[in-house]
Amino acid sequence: MKSVDIVIVGGGPAGLAAAVAAKEAGNDSILILERDNELGGILNQCIHNGFGLHTFKEELTGPEYAYRFIKQVLDLGIEYKLHTMVMDIAPDKTVTAMNREDGMFQIKAKAVILAMGCRERPRGALNIPGYRPAGIFSAGTAQRLVNIEGYMPGREVVILGSGDIGLIMARRMTLEGAKVKVVAELLPYSGGLKRNIVQCLDDYGIPLKLSHTVVDIEGKEHVTAVTIAEVGPDRKPIPGTEERYTCDTLLLSCGLIPENELSRSAGVKMSPVTSGPIVNESLETNIPGVFACGNVLHVHDLVDYVSEEAKRAGQNAVKYINDGCKDADTSDVIDIVATEGARYTVPTTINVDRMDDLLTVRFRVGDVYKNSFVSVYFDDERIMHNQKRIMAPGEMEQVILRKSQLQEHKGLKKITVKIEAE
Amino acid sequence: MTDVIIIGAGVSGSAVARELSKYDISTCVLEKCEDVCEGTSKANSAIVHAGFDAEEGSLMAKLNVRGNEMMDQLSKDLDIPFKRNGSMVVCVHKDALDGLKELYDRGVANGVKGLKILSREEALEMEPNLSDNVEGALYAPTGGIICPFELTIAMAENANMNGVEFRFNTEVEDIKKGDDGFWHIRTNNGEYVSRYVVNAAGVYADKIHNMVSADKMHIIERRGDYCLLDKEVGGYVSHTIFPQPTKYGKGVLVTPTVHGNLLVGPTAIDIENKEGTATTAMGLNEVTAKASENVKNLPMRNVITSFAGLRAHLERHEFVIEEVKDAPCFIDVAGIESPGLSASPAIGEMVGNMLKEKMGLKEKADWIGTRKGVIKTEGLSIEERNELIKKNPAYGTIVCRCESVTEGEILDAIHRPLGARSLDGVKRRTRAGMGRCQAGFCSPRTMEILHRELGIPYEKITKSGGNSAIVLERTKGEVSMS
Amino acid sequence: MEIKELTCIGCPMGCQLTVTLENGEVTEVKGNTCQKGDIYARKEVTNPTRIVTSTVRITGGDKERVCVKTASDIPKDKIFEVMKDIDAAVVAAPAHIGDVLVKDVAGTGVDVIATRNVEKV
Repeated sequence: MKSVDIVIVGGGPAGLAAAVAAKEAGNDSILILERDNELGGILNQCIHNGFGLHTFKEELTGPEYAYRFIKQVLDLGIEYKLHTMVMDIAPDKTVTAMNREDGMFQIKAKAVILAMGCRERPRGALNIPGYRPAGIFSAGTAQRLVNIEGYMPGREVVILGSGDIGLIMARRMTLEGAKVKVVAELLPYSGGLKRNIVQCLDDYGIPLKLSHTVVDIEGKEHVTAVTIAEVGPDRKPIPGTEERYTCDTLLLSCGLIPENELSRSAGVKMSPVTSGPIVNESLETNIPGVFACGNVLHVHDLVDYVSEEAKRAGQNAVKYINDGCKDADTSDVIDIVATEGARYTVPTTINVDRMDDLLTVRFRVGDVYKNSFVSVYFDDERIMHNQKRIMAPGEMEQVILRKSQLQEHKGLKKITVKIEAE
Repeated sequence: MTDVIIIGAGVSGSAVARELSKYDISTCVLEKCEDVCEGTSKANSAIVHAGFDAEEGSLMAKLNVRGNEMMDQLSKDLDIPFKRNGSMVVCVHKDALDGLKELYDRGVANGVKGLKILSREEALEMEPNLSDNVEGALYAPTGGIICPFELTIAMAENANMNGVEFRFNTEVEDIKKGDDGFWHIRTNNGEYVSRYVVNAAGVYADKIHNMVSADKMHIIERRGDYCLLDKEVGGYVSHTIFPQPTKYGKGVLVTPTVHGNLLVGPTAIDIENKEGTATTAMGLNEVTAKASENVKNLPMRNVITSFAGLRAHLERHEFVIEEVKDAPCFIDVAGIESPGLSASPAIGEMVGNMLKEKMGLKEKADWIGTRKGVIKTEGLSIEERNELIKKNPAYGTIVCRCESVTEGEILDAIHRPLGARSLDGVKRRTRAGMGRCQAGFCSPRTMEILHRELGIPYEKITKSGGNSAIVLERTKGEVSMS
Repeated sequence: MEIKELTCIGCPMGCQLTVTLENGEVTEVKGNTCQKGDIYARKEVTNPTRIVTSTVRITGGDKERVCVKTASDIPKDKIFEVMKDIDAAVVAAPAHIGDVLVKDVAGTGVDVIATRNVEKV
């Protein structure tokens, strides 16, 4: 069996950044396994601009952002395999993968970095009643068809869900000559960026109907009309508020789910909130030497944060190998707990000895909060209390912990992150 | 001019076709859709019923029990998955316990083997997720689960291998007895002439019957809504869990599928619409509510899709398999609602025997009763996979990640007899697109394969034939060749 | 006097801004809760611009469409004219990131450039 120090599962933004960081940290035995026919992952179909303001201080399109990292991977001579599907990751870090040329093969890795990304919630999971005709797409599938394959799904479009992909596709379809009739959003607020609402919907006069959902799909063979209705606080449709839109296409942008089948079968413990692995300060899962980063860990709002997180995963994988592949010491672990408005944190545990001088703890809030405080408690003592003008579920929040600060609090057991009104 | 025309390529029509392929006659199947298994056969509970439910002495009872018996051998011959997981009828009201005994007695009279009445404790031991209210259950070890697509496709394929022709996208518009004494069948694709006609048109069987008979038939479309749950919870129950039956049928069941999902449904809503396969919010809510009476804490957040099917219900609630009195040489196979899937091999056998006798048919010497299905790579060892990949590298490319389907399997599905021509055709033969992402990932890839292998332009690739094209046109138009 | 309503895109607050113009000059911005809103409003009502991204037909390459963007902002009211030129363009492979595929699109003085590599086959 072939041996490699670090196997990276997925050649999207997370996998690429992790690979570059691992190589730069001094490891020369890295292999990226990518199932698609090119590196770059989902960024290749995100041809709109707005990526990279944090990382590169300029606005790039998705493919340009991806290429900045692809070029580094190529220049650094990092090995990768395309068209290669990872079929299994065993708890002992034997990775089983398959492609046309090599057949099915196994690689023994010292460390594995999970960077598989996420997928879209399909129609079925939304339980929308009606027929099941052609013409219903998840927004990302439509995005691939339009931007990469060069095919238009239809001419008259209704979009359910105001996540960023849905908003971006509203503009894309409009620019390609389609009529986007309405964007319906189940929640009373949009999960998308304000900028996207203005520049993808308002610019083109596309109405956004908050607290609305699809209640019927017509057309036995192909979509012919969609009915939306307002929902009450219980998110159930209110009878009498139905509006029917004739259309030939229904796009769904109703949330992303980290793609963790491989992680689960490897025995990685999952967070029920993020649907991603539970990780420690090193982004290491409960299986020593298995790290996770990017959207497989938790769904990010900006790819810049993915790259940053993945860089840490790559560096930590090298550190793990250089330290002799020892299991993390779990005796002196501090738990990070998200509560009262904070839905989760990544990571969820800290070993102070292993942490860097600064540790970014990322989280999301469960509702829209105005002029509220992000508070951090060390056991019962509040040590951070930062006011934010606005926090919304669509955007990731963060607090930064200093190592020295944690070292000063001897015997610290629990760090709590919460949202407080005052 | 053919000896027999079969109208409808559902499970009944395909079973009849396979039976008739044993004989030295010409048989042709006319199907209005673009593939086999497009109507009731594709949207049902996927159950091989034990046979305790149908009325003693009825054709339903007889053919159900016989079909159930035939299924072991048939599934081996046709290389399709079939599992006798056993079924349980759950009683949740003390005063309804007598009903279980009644079912038990009926089952024994119908010839169902191995029936047993279970106490509350025995039932809970076998199925820990049954409702806390369970009072007892009827256990039928011969109940089973099967893939209705694969059963129908396999029988049709096997018939086709043995010479039966299939005409898809061919809708029967009128049938007349000609002066020549033969049936003249007008379709949207020209006229067909045949000595015999078998009407296996599912919910349209009344319309077809009424073209030739003065004794009018009326089929009521009884819609059933279902929810299909992720494989993650496929083991939530291991037996097929039925409520006690009512006059509307066997009720909302909870069952593992033969491919490892969990299936919950159906409702029973009488509609008068032969194409009315739209689910409703009310129907889907009812599925959850009713199923929850028998199984507790159903993991409905794991639903990956919902769908509805139509049962071809006749007022008399009995299979009608007979020569039409005022239309000699015209055989109805009508009112094939549950347990039609279970009974289908026996329906085929019965019609085959009827025609054998009437027409004095002779068996072919070279009939091949077996067929190999699409090689499924999931679960194969590394060595087995590499063997396949060596022969055809396409087995090394995963197209559908959720169900782990390779390009090799899709090519097989496309290029076999009665091969797939649409996304649904590929899906039903390989399961590509059947998983938790519901084809979001694989559909562009499957389209590319269909385009490449069959030369179908992208704009003409459909979900399931007809007007179900996936994409409309190229962005910005084609580059002109001038 | 002219009054324009818009939504600030500076942050998730999405302040509803009311801008008063006189003879094309901004005289007042209301509704903003920070400086960002004021700057945004003044630019957006006097000279709104956008980057346009799309795809261009490409022949002889390993893809049939190459994705593109305007090399810099173009006036918002020119978006559809820009799209018309982008839709009409056909280029031959190869194309590399930054290559100019449409010069001076819709008379804006801005070029349309490739945002990915498409190699010749």
